[in-house]
Amino acid sequence: MVIAVKPAGSGGPERKGESASQSKGLLGWLYKRLPVKEFIDTQLTGYYAPKNFNIWYFFGFIAIVVLVMQLLTGIFLTMFYKPGEATAFDSVEFIMREVDYGWLIRYLHSTGASAFFLVVYLHMYRAIMYGSYRAPRELLWLFGMFVYLALMAEAFMGYVLPWGNMSYWAANVIVNIFGTIPVIGPTLVEWIRGDYGIADSTLNRFFALHVVAVPLALLLLVVLHLVALRNTGSNNPDGIEIKKNLGSDGHPVDGIPFHPYYSVKDTFGISVFLVIFACVVFFAPTLGGLLLEHANFEPTNIFSTPDPITPSWYFTPYYAILRAVPDQRLGALLMALSLVCFILLPWLDRSPVKSIRYKGPLSRAFLALFTVSFLGLMYLGLQEPAGIYILLGRLCTGGYFAFFVLMPLYTRLERVKPVPDRVRFAAHA
Amino acid sequence: MLRVNSARQAWWVGAAALALIGAAGSAQAADASAPDASAAEASAPAAQPGSVQAVMAMAAKVAQQQLADKKKKEEEERLKGFGADWESWTPDNSVADVASLQRGLRDFAGYCRGCHSLKYVRYSRLADDLQITPDQLQKYLLPAGVKPSDYVGSPMPSADAQTWFGKVPPDLSLIARSRGTDYLYRFLTTFYSDPSKPTGANNLQLASVAMPDVLSSQEGVKVAVFRTVDKEQVFDHFVQVAPGALSREEYLAEVRDLVNFLDYAGEPAQVLRRSLGIKVVLFLLAFTALTYLLKREYWKNIH
Repeated sequence: MVIAVKPAGSGGPERKGESASQSKGLLGWLYKRLPVKEFIDTQLTGYYAPKNFNIWYFFGFIAIVVLVMQLLTGIFLTMFYKPGEATAFDSVEFIMREVDYGWLIRYLHSTGASAFFLVVYLHMYRAIMYGSYRAPRELLWLFGMFVYLALMAEAFMGYVLPWGNMSYWAANVIVNIFGTIPVIGPTLVEWIRGDYGIADSTLNRFFALHVVAVPLALLLLVVLHLVALRNTGSNNPDGIEIKKNLGSDGHPVDGIPFHPYYSVKDTFGISVFLVIFACVVFFAPTLGGLLLEHANFEPTNIFSTPDPITPSWYFTPYYAILRAVPDQRLGALLMALSLVCFILLPWLDRSPVKSIRYKGPLSRAFLALFTVSFLGLMYLGLQEPAGIYILLGRLCTGGYFAFFVLMPLYTRLERVKPVPDRVRFAAHA
Repeated sequence: MLRVNSARQAWWVGAAALALIGAAGSAQAADASAPDASAAEASAPAAQPGSVQAVMAMAAKVAQQQLADKKKKEEEERLKGFGADWESWTPDNSVADVASLQRGLRDFAGYCRGCHSLKYVRYSRLADDLQITPDQLQKYLLPAGVKPSDYVGSPMPSADAQTWFGKVPPDLSLIARSRGTDYLYRFLTTFYSDPSKPTGANNLQLASVAMPDVLSSQEGVKVAVFRTVDKEQVFDHFVQVAPGALSREEYLAEVRDLVNFLDYAGEPAQVLRRSLGIKVVLFLLAFTALTYLLKREYWKNIH
């Protein structure tokens, strides 16, 4: 197999040199009217990404694929789903049983929600490890955080739509968190619900927000996230700005064109992801009650509380923080702060280096503490808060906040390793 | 080990050996039957021309012995009590077993449908999935005035049910999904006689259940023996006090079929889901191999 690949660096300027008007036929007609060629030249073949991306750099692309899948499957679900207290649960079962391959569309969508969070968490963890939030990428990080927050709202409201018993009770718990806000809390909760309890009106407005408002916001934020990325360029595992090392052709020496190099690499990444994803969709769509809870196969019953009420696994770290303190209002405040910490991250990190590869032992220790705490909280959020779990929940909450709050100190105090001039890269054997 | 003269003979010996292995595998005491199997293997070459008959006779003898052992064991169990391990009972069902689903449907129609509906399941879908012909559907399953495209309903009026049981019997379409098959299996196998209850029966899985022990004609009647631990009554074992139409083994098989049917009814697409899944995953694995090669080819130039 012979594949002709132009040497790196020859793509951009030469092609830009060809005037769009030189193209003939239908494409020429199109190029005169739309900047298709310019887009390809600047964003795909002419966009230079560091060549030393490792496995952690697959998840951004996978997240986009999952987003598209959620939009497409969501459209088909909307064709059969009927919001409303009396119709929602039945219509979901109608999709599962009577719509041709409706079960597949629904499982793709329900599994896709969890996959989205898994991928986004790994994507965020990558940014935390390699300092991808540091200047000049603060806005990139912020847009990413807003995508994450929008995703949480989207997932929560989508979770309510099947109107199973867990949908109903989880909605109660989560909406009531807003009730802890001083003064306006109770009124705010009523305004969110549109009723004195979670009811038909709540379900219908959640449907409207889930299928129209939040996806629009999500798409806009993703576009902004990508635009910001194209402006600053990608960070890399070494945390070095490749733009500082330009070759004679004006392109970074350590950069390679996104297309074809990263487009083929990401195609491989998405294939591996799809194998795992398909295994869950086809062989364990409920994942033992983790993705689709047993209690949610019973319709909403306002007289019977599922035991225990647990949120979806991707919310459990925050749920565990909420329960870590005995006071509900303080718990809600801590939960809000745990998200604010993420947003403030670019300004908390004072290290002279970006990547964990060159940070000192304190940073490594605190990152390990954060990792263990976050995973611990994730686990604890699914357990009954009793006995040793209460203490563990508090310890993990402490570990979570210590990572952020002490960051300005330990990143400044520690000795860092020297950063090389060029990225570290091992070519194919 | 086996000297065989013709291909035909080899086939027969192989089939008989397989039957033996199958019998040995199904026996509860696998090591007890192992000497039999090796004895049969050893004797086969000795009686060469009559080897087929010899093996067959041996197989029949083994099967007879097993039946006798099973009966003896059941009788012993009946006398000494059973059920201490009920919390680990599991149906081990398979929704790909259509014959089992058919039996489950038959028993559902016979024992459950009087009170419980399957409001998301159509008769026609059952006929399609469980390989039931339109004639059979009409003759054995459809109540008078019900069309094949109708959902499986229950004739019991809710108001009457409320009066009789204090609770409307739940729809069972999704019961296997919300409670799980282990729960259903343990529920249907742990009814016991309890004169203090209005129905005369109680249940270990769901204490003070409103549902009467409708399968007692099949299972017979058992009582629960409790022991006192820290002033609390704790279940110890069951004792069978009256036989039913079925042996214990047959009854468990019947419950397994019922649970299997309810498992199917909870997600009728699951057989298709798994078979399609194998194809999809195999395709994706091949696709992954190709994309990996493509990536490696492109990246050869990057140093």
